[in-house]
Amino acid sequence: MTVLLDAVGLNKTFDNGVKAVHNVSLTVDRGETVGLVGESGCGKSTTAKMLLRLLTPDSGQLRFDGQDMMSARGRTLRKLRKELQVVPQNPQTSLNPRITVRQSIEFNLRAHSFPKSEWSQRVGGLLERVGLTARHGDSYPHEMSGGQLQRAAIARALATEPKLVICDEAVSALDKSVQAQVLNLLAELQRDLGVAYLFISHDLSVVEHISDRVVVMYLGRVVEEGPATSVWAAPSHPYTSTLLSASPGSGRTRIRLEGDPPNPADPPSGCVFHTRCPVAFDQCPVDPPQLRTVGARHNSACLLTSPERPVALPPVTAMS
Amino acid sequence: MATIDVAVNPRFRRRVRTSGTRRRLPTSSRVAGGIVALLLLAALFAPLLTSQSPTVGVLGDRLQGPGAAGHLLGTDGQGRDILARLLYGARPSLLTGMIPVAVAGLLGTAFGLIAGLGKPLLHSVVMRFLDVFYAFPAVLLAIAIAAALGSGSSNAIIALSVILVPPVARVAEAETGRLRNADFMEAARASGSSWFSLAYRQVLPNIAPAVVVYCTALIGLSIVYSAGLSYLGLGIAPPAAEWGLMISDLQQYMFTTPALLIAPALAIVVASVSFNVLGDGLGSYLNVRSETV
Amino acid sequence: MKRGGLLKNGDAGTPAGASTGAHRAAAAAPAPSVPGKNTLRVRELSTTFVSGRREVRAVRSVSFEVRPGRTLVLLGESGSGKSVTARAVMRLHGPRAVITGDVTLGEVDLLAIDDAAMRGIRGDRMALVPQDPSAALDPLRRVGSQITEVLRLHGVVPDKASARARAIELLGLVGIPDPQRAFRSYPHELSGGMRQRVVIAMGISCDPEVIIADEPTTALDVTVQAQILDLFADLQRRLDTALLMVTHDVGVAADIADEVAVMYAGSIVETGPAREVLERPRHPYTQALLAAIPTPGVERGQLVAISGAPPMAGEDFPGCAFAARCPFVQPTCRTTPPPLVGVGSGHLAACPVINPITPGTPVLGPTLENSR
Repeated sequence: MTVLLDAVGLNKTFDNGVKAVHNVSLTVDRGETVGLVGESGCGKSTTAKMLLRLLTPDSGQLRFDGQDMMSARGRTLRKLRKELQVVPQNPQTSLNPRITVRQSIEFNLRAHSFPKSEWSQRVGGLLERVGLTARHGDSYPHEMSGGQLQRAAIARALATEPKLVICDEAVSALDKSVQAQVLNLLAELQRDLGVAYLFISHDLSVVEHISDRVVVMYLGRVVEEGPATSVWAAPSHPYTSTLLSASPGSGRTRIRLEGDPPNPADPPSGCVFHTRCPVAFDQCPVDPPQLRTVGARHNSACLLTSPERPVALPPVTAMS
Repeated sequence: MATIDVAVNPRFRRRVRTSGTRRRLPTSSRVAGGIVALLLLAALFAPLLTSQSPTVGVLGDRLQGPGAAGHLLGTDGQGRDILARLLYGARPSLLTGMIPVAVAGLLGTAFGLIAGLGKPLLHSVVMRFLDVFYAFPAVLLAIAIAAALGSGSSNAIIALSVILVPPVARVAEAETGRLRNADFMEAARASGSSWFSLAYRQVLPNIAPAVVVYCTALIGLSIVYSAGLSYLGLGIAPPAAEWGLMISDLQQYMFTTPALLIAPALAIVVASVSFNVLGDGLGSYLNVRSETV
Repeated sequence: MKRGGLLKNGDAGTPAGASTGAHRAAAAAPAPSVPGKNTLRVRELSTTFVSGRREVRAVRSVSFEVRPGRTLVLLGESGSGKSVTARAVMRLHGPRAVITGDVTLGEVDLLAIDDAAMRGIRGDRMALVPQDPSAALDPLRRVGSQITEVLRLHGVVPDKASARARAIELLGLVGIPDPQRAFRSYPHELSGGMRQRVVIAMGISCDPEVIIADEPTTALDVTVQAQILDLFADLQRRLDTALLMVTHDVGVAADIADEVAVMYAGSIVETGPAREVLERPRHPYTQALLAAIPTPGVERGQLVAISGAPPMAGEDFPGCAFAARCPFVQPTCRTTPPPLVGVGSGHLAACPVINPITPGTPVLGPTLENSR
């Protein structure tokens, strides 16, 4: 079976009444990279936490490698965790500041009962794979740079030989030149180890570069999902078009959105994007649109789109 | 092209002492540490430091003031050498000060970890349980427990341990709580490790400095409390030497030979303050080096 | 355009009251002799932080100018010295900073005037828009009063009522939908984008000649970022302000810059018209920076990435700071500091390897700092 992670209908409402995630479904196949994109408050981090079972979804299904992850407890859950790891966003805090890099990696090995006799060799191998030396292994986080720390975090994530690694804004805090190194590393690791990624970011250019498929979220909902190339070339939802056009230097005429992102505690009616959408019409505040197929494995939640008319907002490329 | 150093405040032209990144233990704490070391050594080597007996005295020599022949600090109501009693008394006084803190340190940290890492319900249960102890003034509670258990130093130790656990637990829980949502904690939880491994290997290294520092200062308090318990007759039994007991013995002579009281009182104060100051200094020293989240 | 343009209401020289007018009256700086806005000129600016025996040379001899109505982007990664430069121009560093060089705004030598005079210029003729709007706003005061404070401090308005009116006008000018309501709001009641707009409103309130924006969009979402960049461009068109923007985002530079100065390890390594620098970079670092950005079409894993990381601020190099990472490095690079060489009209790059110096090549000479 090629499907590795299968999440259906995840919902999460926090104690303060904010519905952070609204009926989100997501799949990741073996060895592929799925990019999850959206701005702050769109629910992508909350979704990631639910996938990792760090947060409990209010409802929905979650299957990993065929096994039900929602109801898994104790040992079953721990076994599942071996295959599903995370690389957090902030390199400065993603590793325990009081223990060495080696100890952080060994912590994961210990968690899944890898024999102690193998640890030294495994840690050495992992460090080498991510471009660090044994000296880095014996260093503390405060002695290392952001790029080195992220590499260490990646080494740690790979320690248990997972099938899926969730990169939660893993390169966002890095300088661009260092970011490129880490992105190359991630690609190389995928080639060599066949690991799948769920790559979360707000940076579209990075997501498009590294993903096979892209999922776009807005205010807790999936508004578009599809192959990276299609989404980039012909975005099927006005929000995606806006995001793409807003990437500075994208060469597209910027679509100006009026106003600010709505308050998640008080979302607009119907299609939650209608208050800022450049092509909203009278039906939009009324009917919340469902995700509909508009192309090969390409879905969009916009009343205007259909297989016959996959693009709601034709992009205008700026004459530079 | 003009070159002007106008933004420089002339006062800063002199060499300013480097603050750097390596902090050193402040002088006061070093002195305090030295005193603590001396006290411990004195307790350890008491037999070597005095030839007099702390428990048996010559009645004919009773109530001599400090500076009397052979008795540097004088003798008490039973003719026992005060200095000898002070030195030998350091053992139980310091031990009944330190052991409860060690015990409370372990137990309190355990409670703090459990409360800090557990789900809200568990957290509430543990913290409210500890709150019960806060309902009573600590000293009175210690007295009540010691009285209920009977006199004797082990009971005093138990009583003190009990009252010291909640404060340590609070510190441990607060520190753990700060860490709960750190990125590395999420990664650690996602790793699938056991709770114990998480607490011991990820959380403990981070909270240990704070707890150790707090406990060091707590020893100062514990020494005073234990002397208090002995003073009330709830600690070690006479004729053993112990600072609190000495005060209780000598207080009846307060108006005739007050100088005798000074020795044990001063001992208690010096010991207590030294541990406190040491704890404070350790705090600033460790906090800078520890790079905690 | 006459100084004052769209924003002035009332006589610019009238102090609003004894205390609020004091700064203006006390300003030692003479009025600019040229009507209209002035150019900000920076020559051989260096900033060194002194702490005990350690000296950190964060900025080494940078030179640039920003003309009215034009935007210069200082582009660089962490440790490049770009923020330190911007703040040095505004003299926002503390006494531990040794600033040398020449910074002039029109006739005024900004490094020579005293603190009081500089305070008069800051906010009035030069404005700073910092990175984090939340840090720039007092959380305990309503937004409106923070704007009116700036207006009254610089004597721009005669009284409280006109201050209020002007503040509301400014809030509208920066694109805030309900200015009356925003005026009464506290910062935490506004979104990130709105807060940034408020800070910008404060910045332009006295119709400054120069706006210095330090990573103004980094903390914002992409869609809001786009709006803010549009706002800057809009305001600049209307007010003819000179804009000096500091950023690490090449895309932002591509969008908004007229001129770009690329900084690395405290020096400017390349500068020139934005189009030129970003499309035909002539310094290996600029080339690497541009190549590192993922663009569609680049194969995964094939991003051109240079090894190593940008040096920490203040690290010293005998030769070119980029030598350790440069794919074109020659032995002389490590020993001889590279001069800025002319490579096109207004386009300079500090790499004699890519741009060999021939008899006709304009060379800006090894700068004071580098020749030490």
